[in-house]
Parts: sequence; structure tokens; C-alpha cells
Amino acid sequence: MSSGFTNSIIAEMDKLVRQPATWILAAIWLALNQVFSYLIPYASYTSGESSPVAGPPGRILSSLLPENLVFNSISGFPVFAGAIALILGALSVGSEYGWGTLKTTLTQRPRRMSLYASKLAALAVAVLAIVAVTFALNALTSYVIASVESEAMDWPSLENLVRGFAAGFLIAAMWCLMGVSLAILFRSTALPIGLGLVWALVIENLIRSVAAPLLDFAETIEKAMPGVNAGSLVAALSGQTGGTPGVISAVDGTQAALVLSAYAAAFTLIAGFVLQRRDVT
Amino acid sequence: MDKREYLVETRDLTKRYGRRITAVEGLGLTVRRGEVYGFLGPNGAGKTTTLRMLLGLIRPTSGTASVLGRAPGDPESLARVGALIESPAFYPYLSGWRNLRIIARYAGAPKKRIEAALDSVELTDRAGDKFRTYSLGMKQRLGVTAALLKDPELLILDEPTNGLDPAGMADMRDLIRKLGQGERTVLLSSHLLGEVEQICDRVGVIQNGKLVAEGTVEELRGRTKLLVRASPMDRARQLVKEMHGVEQAQVSDGALVVAADTALAGEISRLLVTSGVVVSEIRPLERSLEETFLQLTGQEH
Repeated sequence: MSSGFTNSIIAEMDKLVRQPATWILAAIWLALNQVFSYLIPYASYTSGESSPVAGPPGRILSSLLPENLVFNSISGFPVFAGAIALILGALSVGSEYGWGTLKTTLTQRPRRMSLYASKLAALAVAVLAIVAVTFALNALTSYVIASVESEAMDWPSLENLVRGFAAGFLIAAMWCLMGVSLAILFRSTALPIGLGLVWALVIENLIRSVAAPLLDFAETIEKAMPGVNAGSLVAALSGQTGGTPGVISAVDGTQAALVLSAYAAAFTLIAGFVLQRRDVT
Repeated sequence: MDKREYLVETRDLTKRYGRRITAVEGLGLTVRRGEVYGFLGPNGAGKTTTLRMLLGLIRPTSGTASVLGRAPGDPESLARVGALIESPAFYPYLSGWRNLRIIARYAGAPKKRIEAALDSVELTDRAGDKFRTYSLGMKQRLGVTAALLKDPELLILDEPTNGLDPAGMADMRDLIRKLGQGERTVLLSSHLLGEVEQICDRVGVIQNGKLVAEGTVEELRGRTKLLVRASPMDRARQLVKEMHGVEQAQVSDGALVVAADTALAGEISRLLVTSGVVVSEIRPLERSLEETFLQLTGQEH
């Protein structure tokens, strides 16, 4: 790796780390994950009442123990963490157009593709860090709950942990790359975020819940959608589907992983092509 | 001239947007090593588009350009070029110093140059403050600082005094004057004709995307003429136009404008007086760059 490229990555990391939005987004996701994966279910358990979704108190408690670390960590990725990652990608790149800093950077030295690669590398590090902190925080929370409730400390196997971590990274990275590509296509921040969130939170839901049950071709489209494949990957890894929005079993895990990888590659290539060809005005 | 001495060279450089808009057409300009080249033109003439093409930000429709012997945007040439294009653009949530640190990383410039560059534009005291808190003048100075970080051979400045108050403009003019001295080559686009007159070695005038004139300031101003106020004017004109060495004598706004060497002033005066013409004024009539510019760009009043 040339020193110029290394310097570009360091510069991109520097900007990302110092941008307040990065920390705000990470904090929102981690808070959401803690609240909905642990705090609310634990509060439900301690109330002693059965939940129509999660079942009797015993089952609720079981879902909070270390053995369910992988599911609790990645179940929110198809929708919630994905939305956060999309915003991060769009902000990181779209802001350069809004502030006009793309021209400042490109007149220094790095070629466009080198700059693009360094941005993606920095975002990959950020996404990796968010996934890692998610797992670490959830491990701590489940450890505390298990200790308080004197329950077994059965941790997932290393293989399951690695697969879960990789799945979380793949899902978040794919959504992040969608944000990046939309930002480059539209040379802005707000519109890419809006479009991305509308797709992820509204359109996919409409196709899945309204169109697919009625039309065969819509069902085919449903199985190719990024959110559906993200949810299917989580379902395949954890063997669970109920309760968490976005976690469904529409396709098998292998197809889901391949489709997500294809989306990530497509977003990367399309955005790179547009960035390389288009004038910077 | 040895082509290695041309730091910037364009041939038939053209940029079109769609079918209707031609921003730059058939531009052929050269910037020589060590000179300060003034790139003049009214708003929308194509100056910024040209500079963006030279920096590889915009791809030409046709024609060629070379900067320091390489294609525009080539990292090897960009490493030796400092540029400020339109308004300075930095990250608002970062301090001035941090912004420069990031730029230095991209540019491969050593960190130690940051303090020296900040000092040269008197921004050291505010280097730790966020960019969003800077006044327009400070932002412009930070932009010039960033352009100097690489200690560039070629400096490209696009309207560096844009939006500044008179004090800020004076500071920027002094800075540009200093930057233009020595071995550094400066390509400067500006509306400040008075300042361009003082600091630029050569000037190129662009209008509607085309280079309409190029040369030294003296060449563009044209030959100095003589202005004569005399009475009766018709008699004065008759006498002067028949003199040896006078190319033309025309009456304009109640005065006689004589196209002749200014050394003939004494002889003209003597002829008129001895012929019974009363001479109330005779002086050199130097055309300003502004008048030339307005004429070339069709904005003459």
C-alpha cells in the first residue's frame, strides 16, 4: 500500500472520527439495540406477565442470556442498524458535495479512485467498530442479566460468533454502500438519506406485505430485495424470526449472503464509475 | 521558447455542456515559468471552467491541456500545484489547523509546513478555532494557506479577493504581490484590473469562452497617444495630421487625440502656437487596462 494511499485513509478516518454525526449515529444505534434487545424484554420479564410476542417470562429471560448473543446483536441490523449505516454512508460522502470539499481534496494529489477507496476503507473500519461494540455491549449486558438471575453462562461457539459478526458487518456495509452510492449519484446528503430510508422502511415493507401475497412477480422481486435478504440472513444464522421487524425467512442463508454481497459490489462499482466520470463542479 | 518553460499549455481547449452551452471554446493559452499570468474575463466568460479543466476537476470536450508537462489531474503535477478555486471549501466542524493537517495528508506535505503557512497569512491565533467561526476574509486566507502547503511551483488562484471587504482585499493584494515574486509561477483569475496591471507580467482576456487577447499589460493597453486641447480645433487638427510621425489625429469629446510618439509633444505644441492656435493642454493619453478590457469584452461605455 503506497504511503499516499495510507495517508488518504488516515485523513478519511480523521474526518470520520471527528465528525459529531458519526458518534451521534453510533450512540443512537447502540442505545436502540440495548433498549429493544434487552431493557424492554427484561422489564417485561420482571413484570412476571407473559408477552403475546415473546411468550412466558421464562422464555423471555432465556432470550436475554449469553447463548442468544448473536441473535440479539444482529437482529436489528436488517432494518435499524441498516438505516443508521445508510445515513452514515450518505453523510460521509454527501457532505463533501455540500461543503464543496471534494474539489479541495481532488486538487491536492490523490486520484479519484484512490480517494474513493480510502473513503470506503474508513467507512469499513467505522462499520466494523460499530458491529464490534454492539457485540461487546450485548455480551456485557447478557452477562449482567445472567449473573443477576443466576442463569447459565453458555456463550455461542466461536464459529457462530464469527459468522454472526460477519453477517452483521455484511448487512451494515451493504446499507452503508447504498448510502454512499446515492450520495454520489445525487451529489447531496438529504435526498439520498430520504430515498434510502423510504426504500428500506416503506417500499420493501409494501412489496413484502401488500404486493407479494397478491402477485407472483412481486414475490420474485421480494426475494431479491436487500432488506429481505438481510433479514433472511439473520434468520438463517439464528434459527429465529419472530418479534424483530425485518427478520424473516424468505430465502436461505447462502442466497441471502450472495445477494447482499452482490448489492455491495454493485453499489461500489456504480458509485465508483460515476465518481470517476462525472465533472466536479 | 523551450516548451519545458511552459508550465501551462492548452490547445483548442473546449468545454461544452449539452448542445446549447459552450463554456470554453478553442482556448490556447500558455503560462511561462516564473511569470504572473492574469486571466481576465467578465462573469461567465469561462475562467473558472478553464481553471477546473487545468486541475482535472472537469473533463474537456475536446482539445488538450498540460500542466507541468502532464495531463490535468495527474498526481505528479498536482503535487507541485497549489490551487484555490472559487470560494475556499473546508470542513466546518474542524479547526483551521486540523483542516490543513488533513489537506497536508492528502498532499503528502510535511506537517511542519502548516505553522509556517498559517503564520504567513496571520492566521496562527485563530488556527485552533473551528472553520465555521471564521470570517470570509479568514476563510480566503486559509484557502491560500492550503494552496501554499505543498510549496508549489505553480499557484492557481481563482478570484482570491472575492467577497472581501476593502481591508481584506488590500491584505490579499499584498499577499499575492509577495507570492508573485521569486521563482514561483502564478496563474491568477481576477476582476481587479488595477491590481492585475500592477502585478501581472502577462494577461489573457477571455470572453464567451474564447481568448480574445493575450500579451503584456503594455501590449494590451496599446500605444500611448497625445491629448491636445486647442482652439480653433479644426485648424489644430489640420496642422497636426499633416505632421511627419503622426499616424492619426481625431477629435473626441472636444479634444484632439493624436496617435504619435509622445516625444513629438513639444514639436506639436510649437507648430500650433507658431500657427496662431491657442494650446490649452497637451499631455500623454495612457489607456488603462480597464478600458482595454471593457473594449475587448464588449462592455465599453
